[in-house]
Amino acid sequence: MADLTGIDQAARAFQAIAPGVAFWSVRLMERRVQSLSVRQGVVQPISNGRSRGALVFVIEGEGYGYGATGDLSRAGLRRAVEDARELAATTAGRALFPADRHARPERSGSYRTPVQRPWAEGGLEERLALLHDLDQALQANESIVDTLALLAGETLETLYLDGDGIRIHQHLERVSPGLVAVANRGPRTQRRSFGLERARQGGLEHLASLDLPAYAPRVVEQALQLLDAPNCPQQRTDLILMPDQMILQIHESIGHPLELDRILGDERNYAGSSFVTPEMFGRYRYGSDLLNVSFDPAQTAEPAAYGFDDEGTPAGREYLIREGLLLRPLGGQTSQRRAGLPGVAAARACDWNRPAIDRMANLNVEPGDSSLAEMISSVEHGVLMETNRSWSIDDRRNKFQFGCEFGRLIQDGELGPVVRDPNYRGLSAEFWRRLDAVGDRPGFELMGVANCGKGEPNQMIRVGHASPPCLFRDVEVFGGD
Amino acid sequence: MGTEFERDHFYALAAHLQTVLRPAEVLTLLLQGESSEFIRLNQNRVRQAGRVRQMDLSVDLIQGQRHARATLDLSGNPEGDRAELDHTLDMLRAQLPHLPEDPFLHYAAQPHDTQQIRAGALPPAREVLELLGAAGPDLDLVGLWASGAQYVGFANSLGQRNWHAQPSFNLDWSVHLSPALAAKAHYAGSRWDAAMLEARMADLRHRLDALRRPVRRLERGHYRVYLAPAALNEILSLLGWGGFGLKSHRTRQTPLIKMIESGQTLDPRVTLVENHAGGLTPAFTAEGFIKPQRIVFESGRYRDCLVSARSAREYHVPVNADAEAPESLELSGGDITDIPGTLDEGLYISNLWYCNYSDRNDCRLTGMTRYACFEVRRGQIQAPFESMRFDESLYRMLGARLVGLSTERELLIDADTYRRRSYASARLPGALVEDFALTL
Repeated sequence: MADLTGIDQAARAFQAIAPGVAFWSVRLMERRVQSLSVRQGVVQPISNGRSRGALVFVIEGEGYGYGATGDLSRAGLRRAVEDARELAATTAGRALFPADRHARPERSGSYRTPVQRPWAEGGLEERLALLHDLDQALQANESIVDTLALLAGETLETLYLDGDGIRIHQHLERVSPGLVAVANRGPRTQRRSFGLERARQGGLEHLASLDLPAYAPRVVEQALQLLDAPNCPQQRTDLILMPDQMILQIHESIGHPLELDRILGDERNYAGSSFVTPEMFGRYRYGSDLLNVSFDPAQTAEPAAYGFDDEGTPAGREYLIREGLLLRPLGGQTSQRRAGLPGVAAARACDWNRPAIDRMANLNVEPGDSSLAEMISSVEHGVLMETNRSWSIDDRRNKFQFGCEFGRLIQDGELGPVVRDPNYRGLSAEFWRRLDAVGDRPGFELMGVANCGKGEPNQMIRVGHASPPCLFRDVEVFGGD
Repeated sequence: MGTEFERDHFYALAAHLQTVLRPAEVLTLLLQGESSEFIRLNQNRVRQAGRVRQMDLSVDLIQGQRHARATLDLSGNPEGDRAELDHTLDMLRAQLPHLPEDPFLHYAAQPHDTQQIRAGALPPAREVLELLGAAGPDLDLVGLWASGAQYVGFANSLGQRNWHAQPSFNLDWSVHLSPALAAKAHYAGSRWDAAMLEARMADLRHRLDALRRPVRRLERGHYRVYLAPAALNEILSLLGWGGFGLKSHRTRQTPLIKMIESGQTLDPRVTLVENHAGGLTPAFTAEGFIKPQRIVFESGRYRDCLVSARSAREYHVPVNADAEAPESLELSGGDITDIPGTLDEGLYISNLWYCNYSDRNDCRLTGMTRYACFEVRRGQIQAPFESMRFDESLYRMLGARLVGLSTERELLIDADTYRRRSYASARLPGALVEDFALTL
């Protein structure tokens, strides 16, 4: 798929016109995505995407600015430099913080996703045949009114250069699967899915490990079960969240509140701020002693693995929360310098046309020592919920309400009947203190969220989350009408 | 701020591709581009400032009932872009034999040319920053200034050409008194008027004064509320996510399933129209069809679905939309002119946030109140209240519990900038609702 040729040529062109300013950097990106899907037996229009461009950042005098362009010719890059300098002049005297607090990478390097079987190796017909088979398996009952099987392969090439002579090259590859079945009877419709949150970095080898054909019949069976299931009861009770809901819980009520740019106020007009304040780091008890949360770009198969963030900071594994204690925020070098706090290599841009901001990358709840069976057996009355379907949280990332596709009652330590429309609500600031058991390593699954949105201008980016199942005590759960 | 260069470049590329197209091949092209300035503010100072020049092209190569698509960023350089497109065409040709026929392939076969170039007057960013600085040196102002040219073009090998271009600005900001107290403002359009910004700042200061009163903490329960147009827009935006599309109706996934399966209705005063001509969107779809106006709700009853080209072919109905999501909704106004007086005792909710479904089959939604929301007593603003979560069915909000709609409607121009600046807008009144459920 993508190689370095196009952006390397652009890099050489840029070196010839590099501006004489206090600091400059250029981030050249090329993304290729092929999306394939079969819906209700029909191959949907095949999509081949290629985005390519550069973002030039300059510091000049007291000002800073950027220019982004899809024109990688010398003339196009020169115009991007002029744009950046013009905006830097506009910023001068109005800057939020001294320009020298921007990140300055200290070493060059490279990173490449480990891939056993590249996406390009699988022929188009082979992949479409797999999708046809999966879609066919989903159409197993007359109450199934919609089906979808999808696969996407993505390659991202990034080259960062700056006026200090730093050069960072990264090559990421990612594969994304998904199965969806929708069941209907009269005014009741239920959806069940598998795999949409299971994108992985790497190649087609991950499809084999996911074994999608084995999951298709289960997706259908559970969609049909939901049609006949009673509503999730409304009560305070114990709650087991499976990994494909835990990732959303981590994302919304740990990841977003710990983003340092929110804490610094940058996001208050759009994505919001945080109930977390700077003085809480090192002191605040975020959850029970069982809660250990890591920022872990070294999980190479997780969707947001990388060697350097988009400010050029080398990425390493760090604990954000250890044994329940809040330690450090999700903030890149620039935010760390502004706040005077430690952070992680978390400055990321969704594409060439947007500047880097603080994002989650691979943000994980570390495994504990309970098996799922042990957790279930410890619950007298409760609900087990799987697969996120609905998410809503306040702009300070505290009051949340989440819904799942599939629920099962737990009665006297055993799994009971299926319930539909399971929802729960709570407060981030106290929910994690209800954590009473964390699943063990065998239950720890690598997943992610594909559509994390924030920033002005807006940016949507893929993040990774991994978690085992977890048990929470005394949570408010409820169902539909 | 003209886009003649981009239009001529696009049409020249279309003409070039025409010369390399083989017999029996059809090509459709959709160009989307902008040259936009983005200035991000925090504490009324510049956090990030930049200019983005981008144009991306979608190419659909069709041969009989087979087709394959590609999207790519263009440089604007004629020679380079021609070479990229020749390469892209070769790649799509190589894929076609491996693809099955598409029974729902559908594109405009009768050429219908349009050109809509809107005029405008945009200020330099420096002027806007100076005005904001002068208007609020004491204000903790956070927001985004987005400004510049936007354009969309369609061309196909059957000879159709469409162009839509406009300069526009969108200043979206909020002023914060404390971590939990803020007021929101918005000024967008094509012709900048500094007096309009001053008027909005004055209105915002008025709301800030009310926000300084002691904050109330509300109990869970049912309240009489006024949902301001921006709050109602959050609800309709969520509904637009699968609510009005024909495919979602035919596959029974629409959250409005009770309206089509069980005869559920809304209040007869609710009439909702998708009116492209009243908004900012291009008149044409990605397949070259011209979009007509459509009535979604008429006197409380569901009427027309939004129909994409693929759904039109699948279900044998005319195309009336691009994707099956609204871009220019208009809700009819009502008879409420004195909003605080009619609300009398209740809550004034200026904005909602992060809406999603609690029970999709019942169109029950949840979300948070946000920004300057106030308790009202005896028709007077009393005090702000802490953000609360609501959980309520649309059939109650705009049905049995709807007291009325405001006479005045507000044009809300979407400030979203995912991938590119949005063209979406909505023209909405506010809604007075009885027994609105607050749950957390």
